Amino acid sequence: MKGYTRTFVILALLLAIGPYILYPIFLMKVLCFALFACAFNLLLGYGGLLSFGHAAYFGMASYVCAHAAKIWGWPPELCLLLGTSAAGLLGLVFGALAIRRQGIYFAMITLALAQMIYFFALQATFTGGEDGIQSVPRGNLFGVINLASDLTLYYVVAAIFLAGFLAIFRMIHSPFGQVLKAIRDNEPRMVSLGYRTSQYKLLVFVLSAVLAGLAGATKVVVFQLASLTDVHWMMSGEVILIVLVGGMGTILGPVVGAFIIVAMENYLAPLGAWVTVIQGLVFVVCVMLFRQGIVGLFERSLARLKKSPR
Amino acid sequence: MFTILGIPSQALFGQLLLGLINGSFYALLSLGLAIIFGLLNVINFAHGAQYMMGAFLTWMLLSYFGIGYWWALLLVPILVGIFGLLLERLLISRLHHLDHLYGLLLTFGLALIIQGAFRIQYGVSGLPYGIPVTLAGGQNLGFMFLPNYRLWVILLSLSVCLATWLLIEKTKLGAYLRAATENPTLVQAFGINVPRLITLTYGGGVALAALAGVMAAPIYSVNPNMGADMIITVFAVVVIGGMGSIAGSIVTGFALGLIEGLTKLLYPEASSTVIFIIMAIVLLLKPAGLFGRRV
Amino acid sequence: MKLSALLLVGLFAGAYTVAAQAEMDVKIGVLNDRSGVYADLSGEGSVIAARMAVEDFKAADKGIKVDIVSADHQNKPDVGSSIARQWYDQDGVDAIFDVPTSSVALAVSQVTREKNKIFIDSGAGAADLTGKQCSPNTVHWTYDTWALANGTGGAMVKQGGDTWFFITADYAFGHALERDTTALVEKSGGKVLGSVKHPFPGSDFSSYLLQAQASGAKVIGLANAGGDTINTIKQASEFGITQGGQKLAGLLIFITDIHALGLQVAQGLVLTEAFYWDLNDSTRAWSKRFAEKNGGKMPSMVHAGVYASVLHYLKAIEATKSKEAPVVMAKMKEIPTDDPLFGKGQVRVDGRVIHDMYLFEVKKPSESKGDWDYYKLLATIPAEEAFRPLNEGGCPLVK
Repeated sequence: MKGYTRTFVILALLLAIGPYILYPIFLMKVLCFALFACAFNLLLGYGGLLSFGHAAYFGMASYVCAHAAKIWGWPPELCLLLGTSAAGLLGLVFGALAIRRQGIYFAMITLALAQMIYFFALQATFTGGEDGIQSVPRGNLFGVINLASDLTLYYVVAAIFLAGFLAIFRMIHSPFGQVLKAIRDNEPRMVSLGYRTSQYKLLVFVLSAVLAGLAGATKVVVFQLASLTDVHWMMSGEVILIVLVGGMGTILGPVVGAFIIVAMENYLAPLGAWVTVIQGLVFVVCVMLFRQGIVGLFERSLARLKKSPR
Repeated sequence: MFTILGIPSQALFGQLLLGLINGSFYALLSLGLAIIFGLLNVINFAHGAQYMMGAFLTWMLLSYFGIGYWWALLLVPILVGIFGLLLERLLISRLHHLDHLYGLLLTFGLALIIQGAFRIQYGVSGLPYGIPVTLAGGQNLGFMFLPNYRLWVILLSLSVCLATWLLIEKTKLGAYLRAATENPTLVQAFGINVPRLITLTYGGGVALAALAGVMAAPIYSVNPNMGADMIITVFAVVVIGGMGSIAGSIVTGFALGLIEGLTKLLYPEASSTVIFIIMAIVLLLKPAGLFGRRV
Repeated sequence: MKLSALLLVGLFAGAYTVAAQAEMDVKIGVLNDRSGVYADLSGEGSVIAARMAVEDFKAADKGIKVDIVSADHQNKPDVGSSIARQWYDQDGVDAIFDVPTSSVALAVSQVTREKNKIFIDSGAGAADLTGKQCSPNTVHWTYDTWALANGTGGAMVKQGGDTWFFITADYAFGHALERDTTALVEKSGGKVLGSVKHPFPGSDFSSYLLQAQASGAKVIGLANAGGDTINTIKQASEFGITQGGQKLAGLLIFITDIHALGLQVAQGLVLTEAFYWDLNDSTRAWSKRFAEKNGGKMPSMVHAGVYASVLHYLKAIEATKSKEAPVVMAKMKEIPTDDPLFGKGQVRVDGRVIHDMYLFEVKKPSESKGDWDYYKLLATIPAEEAFRPLNEGGCPLVK
């Protein structure tokens, strides 16, 4: 536990000084994706469930949040709450259906359900088709904190991220998390020990959807925009890649992965068509050479260093 | 003239026939994907990119070397197939012992690279490719005008699917292949070079994708995104048919073409989504797909 | 690990070059699609066009140093708006040009207004940019859906094509195109017999073409774009639609699309454009120079629009000796536009640029004298009739 406390302090410090070093909006984008990836990692890395449709929860939350803020004029905290709950509800329904299947079939059901959400987003009138819901007001948090300033908003987003991150950390290290890991590693054994594994799986699915929704809703407040990109299957693919690059099943992996992928998208944008080629190369290199992801690799070499007698 | 579901029967027949033709592309593509999955346990995300390469190579052969459609039909699958062999040898074979998630991610990365490279070289508007002269024109079927080329597509696709199925189910090579799918270690112990079998299978699956690409070049726009738009649908076809089931993927491919054709008539907006609705229903009722064995 | 660290350092090094604020340092951003469906009609060509405008203006001699940056918005509004934000906040960009794809253009227009900078669009078609969602910071140069619908829709009805069937891409932009054209067709005394909405993007359109054929309409309007339009036209030729006496009307089609189709397939198609390289001596001279820099490819109307709009922007900068958005914008609306590509025109109060539009028909292969010789001119739509009347757009800036 002690090692983790140090990690948190460093992380909080980095978050605090971040906007003075890097462009705050870029950092907020990183944090939104980091939270999304952490939520996904909870499901994949600790629950062993590969969802290919996580964009549905991310996107649904962003549409609901944007609609509440723009059309109903709700304050941001309520919009975030509503968006997150919508994602959770969706996760409950979809999760209940999907957890009845395993492995690649689980992935395909989640994909199919997410495609239906995409279709819904395309057809429903309130989502604005491919224009999305634009110029969503940022509003005043709790009626007092004006979020128009990027710096203020940054600290709010950082707080949301940290809360989500700590929540996931608590879950993983709770008895619930232990059962989850055991199910991931050997489900029949846990069934024989008397655990109702499907309940655990459903719970982690819903929790993951809720946090993914929180990330999606937060993104709306930052970019004042909800669009089809958020519900497209490429978004589901992207979050898998983030987690893979960073390191599946590690606490910090998704955060590092999000930073790298978002930085690539941002700073390689002037290269135009080369971006996809470079991204492709990064994924190939990751899969071929460091499969545990960057954080996984780092942790392993650290462990080896500790073991080796000096 | 009579009507079904409020649609004149003529229109209905026309649409179903068109659906069947689209189904032949799904069948060819999902067949390759199913073979690869069956033996390698790799979900070949680069399948769409390889299909696109097939179409592009057809165009290149004509514009750079003056080689026409008929030779392309033979040469392109071989060339792209060799490219597939190299990919398998150099990259994919190193991931055999791992979860199939990694194979999917690797091929996803490869697809990005291939598509990006073609985009840089040829742009995205697409390239023109005419219908071969011998197949120009069409037949008046009474209820619709059927271009000869479409008729050719459906015949060729059916024969290739049938030939592939016979190869796998009725020949010795096919028997090795099926055995290696079941238990590679045992087959290896019998003195059969399983890694080579795997490599060849991957090459074969890729060649099928390239063949579909050659067939697509005269009727669809030849552009770098043509495969990416298709891949998710073809995935769904394979899953509905039952992962790794050869016959399943062929039948499902044609059947989904029909269903899609019908949707295009009744509720066109949903025609690209209907396949996912079917996939969800099938997976919930019959987890291993329509033709798959139990998992 | 080391490799990725190095990669990261490299990434950030590029991002933090703060522009030194000299007397007249102007930084313009060309934001467009560099990898998707609109990459050929905008993409790198628009950057070339912007660079040519800076050279032709002889900006350096006039004491104006112009920097050009460019980026790919991938046709996604969230990517586009975050690049625009970053350009304005961090990189000191003064004005953004091009921006194809309506949804992205609307998003960039909003960011530009919030940051009080200048946005001159060439690539997008959304008539809302100078209508309901108009902004004092936005100018719309080349075309819009209303102008295209007016050109193609109006002209086809006059030529006897009075019954229509639409094949429409099922997204907001396709719907807008269909809506605008329907209004014009009906106003001109024509009738719309039906329409079919297809998922976007699609690859097989034969089913919709058969439905269009069965409707018996004289004109099939293609309210889609990019690869979808190309596929539709390719398959229409395969199914003998035009031989059957029906005419195809492309509602959003560019010369790059015709190039991709080939004349054999595209012949007879009627379309509206704001620019064609072979219109007159000055467009030919400019296009030849452009093609030399663009790998032999002739400019699209979007490229021409970027050139003309950068030129006009720099003129306003020179005249006002200022980069302040309201000052430059006022000047741009005050002085008439005049360039070798679009001729004389003006920027209206709602941001709409007024110039002539042209109705073209795609030549038969036998009529074409060589590469890129694709169009014959059917009609010139004079500037004052080519665009939506000022009072009909619902723009709040119009009083």
